[in-house]
Amino acid sequence: MDLVDLWFWLIALTFTLYFFLEGFDFGVDALRPLIAKDESEERALTGTIGPFWDGNEVWVIAAAGVMFSTFPVWYGALFSGLYPVFVVILLALLLRGVSFEYRNQVDSQRWRDVWDWMSFLGSIVPSFLWGVVMAKIIEGMPVRDDQTVGGGLGDVFTPFALAGGAATLLLFVLHGANFLLLRLHTDTVLYRRARTMAFVWGALATVAILVFVIQGYVTEGLFEDFGVLPWLFPAAAFLTLASIWLALVTRRDVLAFVMSGLTIVFATMTVFIALFTRGVVLPSTISDDLSLTLEETASEPYTLELMTWVGAIFLPLIIGYQIWNYYVFRERVRPDEGALDRGY
Amino acid sequence: MDVVDLSRFQFASTSIFHFFFVSLTVGLAFLIAVMETFAYFRRGRSTVYDRMSSFFGHLFLINFAVGVVTGIVQEFQFGMNWSEYSEFVGNIFGVPLALEVLMAFFLESTFIGLWWFGKDRLKPWMRLGAIWLVAIGTQISMFWIVLANAWMHHPVGYEVVGDRALLTDFSAVVFNPKAWLYSLHVQGSAWTVAGFFVLAISAYHLLRKHDVDVFSRALRLALVFAAVGTVFSAASGHTAAQYAREDQPMKFAAMEAQWEDSGSPAPWSALALIDEERRENTWSLEIPYVGSILAENNLSASYRGLNSLNEEYQELYGEGRDYIPPVTWVYWSFRIMVGIGVLLMGAAFAGLFLWWRRRGALDGTRWYLRALVLLLPLPWIANFTGWMTTEMGRQPFMVYGLLTVDEGVSANSVTEVLTGLVGLWVVYLGLIGLDIYLLTKTAKAGTHKPDAEILAAPAPDYEGTGVGGPVGYDRER
Repeated sequence: MDLVDLWFWLIALTFTLYFFLEGFDFGVDALRPLIAKDESEERALTGTIGPFWDGNEVWVIAAAGVMFSTFPVWYGALFSGLYPVFVVILLALLLRGVSFEYRNQVDSQRWRDVWDWMSFLGSIVPSFLWGVVMAKIIEGMPVRDDQTVGGGLGDVFTPFALAGGAATLLLFVLHGANFLLLRLHTDTVLYRRARTMAFVWGALATVAILVFVIQGYVTEGLFEDFGVLPWLFPAAAFLTLASIWLALVTRRDVLAFVMSGLTIVFATMTVFIALFTRGVVLPSTISDDLSLTLEETASEPYTLELMTWVGAIFLPLIIGYQIWNYYVFRERVRPDEGALDRGY
Repeated sequence: MDVVDLSRFQFASTSIFHFFFVSLTVGLAFLIAVMETFAYFRRGRSTVYDRMSSFFGHLFLINFAVGVVTGIVQEFQFGMNWSEYSEFVGNIFGVPLALEVLMAFFLESTFIGLWWFGKDRLKPWMRLGAIWLVAIGTQISMFWIVLANAWMHHPVGYEVVGDRALLTDFSAVVFNPKAWLYSLHVQGSAWTVAGFFVLAISAYHLLRKHDVDVFSRALRLALVFAAVGTVFSAASGHTAAQYAREDQPMKFAAMEAQWEDSGSPAPWSALALIDEERRENTWSLEIPYVGSILAENNLSASYRGLNSLNEEYQELYGEGRDYIPPVTWVYWSFRIMVGIGVLLMGAAFAGLFLWWRRRGALDGTRWYLRALVLLLPLPWIANFTGWMTTEMGRQPFMVYGLLTVDEGVSANSVTEVLTGLVGLWVVYLGLIGLDIYLLTKTAKAGTHKPDAEILAAPAPDYEGTGVGGPVGYDRER
């Protein structure tokens, strides 16, 4: 495998890890208004993701940074082409990031309500828009002959893109519910509500993914070039979705979480495999000849070699200490009346 | 306003806004790590440093979150607003950016959680290690970003092939002299910001006799920090200006509003009325010899003027374009930055003098403490004007000598960029207002407030042990 391919897959890996990790903290925030009924429950829910969300979020910065250095043309075309989408994602992430920190700085219910809304919107909006971005990567943008991207909002929010957005949003909510099953004390009312949510949103997520996959088949020819086993990934995604349901019924929380995670992994990988098998990173809707290819958007070998050293040293290190972070905060959380007085 | 202007304005606002927070974060992380180190070695004997690091740590966290999220905007905007630039330099510029994320950003973001939430779940030495990793992470972060910026001012280790700049020598990029000068300068200014931040808050509480144990020690610690920071900034800034005279002579001439080549010895203009239209100064207060000293540390050096440089640049980089940067901005930004720097250095050394003179003089000199409170906003203004000087001074280039700003911009529409800009500004103004409000509120509350009134990050109750990650304000003591 040459370095261009390697880095394509490493970018796929960072995006996948980002969706896997931030997917559940987005999901927890999205579910908060439905699950938490009072202040101590709100705090318990935030406590489940408190030590993790910041480290999770960095994966998107890593994805963009790595894309910038290894595929600068792809990075430039995608980010400028989807300018309005990224602006909204940024605004949402700005408000969400500070809401964790600011929420409890002023002891007033109205103040906290405002920040709860911010973190709710700051979670569902990017959850939806990342699906739009992923759908647009497959579907293509009006890439012109100078490698710039034209088009307006109508070119962005196509039916396929909307289906992609709905799929990621619902999948992340389901993933968040499953994460809560791991992090909440099993004898709490919160845990029971989270279980209900997992069933409800699991069903909705299944429908959304179904729509997305069918659309992928019919309008995008998504799996045409997948080689000998074009059905493998959609089938795997369905197996994982089905096993979430089984896991929930049989109360295997870890399995449920792993499976919703795997669904995210398969879905993201499907996007990148679709690109890779066509050799295209951003199809042009104007003409196939204008599509941005893997080779022409990549950096030169020297940069890629350098980045390979950097990646080989730091990626395992990061994954290592992030795992340790999860290990340190492995205990389950319960709402507690005293939490507010103790101030934290 | 066209897309170039709007995108420039967008980039400038994001960078300055980001830097408003991170300059404090970079300096304060290190200062808090030092406090934690004291706390670690005096554990069991005194809680003074625990209280100190919890209090300033709380302020640090309020600020840190905004630094992280604005960092995302900072990174995304290269692709969003400057895609042509990204494509031109991605081979080179992307590498330090990626290194920053992989080496430092993850480190900070992961270990900040471990440090704060892990208060009762990590061994003391591990917690100490966590905050040091955060502090080191912020310094590494700063280094790579400043290095990337310095490359735009002084490109090295590249070769332009077709329409892209390709990396030929990464060690040249890392050992870019400009990068090290800038990085020392930014480091010094971050220490200055954090030093005077802690000084002002400590002085405020000392004036009111709140927790004198904590704040008089914090004052001394920050004084050393601020003194080192100001000296570092001044020394590296002076060298950086001299270096600019060689590699960005136009910027140097703009900093001095020198239209014609100076004679030898060169005078220095302390204040001037600049007429950019007619390309002359209508009035200038000139001090003889100082120009030469600034330029080359001797009494005879001369330097080039804007007009002759402009002619030379026309030949070097192409006719039909004006290469003179916005002189008034550069000239006055530079003077405000230097003026504030000198004032702050004076303030820091006045404090050291009081400390040295006799016991109690530092805590008891009320006018000095009051002055420290008033100085609080100045380091930020110096930072802002400093970035203005260096970034305005390189106009019209985005990458010095290689790519102009209007060549680097994305093919976005005015509507897109304008809408995005308005959205960002609304959020930025809101966040900066909230940040100042919360920092002031928390800083004023001091260490004596009971826990219930100082609510930091949300608290889960782990395993019903009653251990909910503490704030650490003397809970068990």
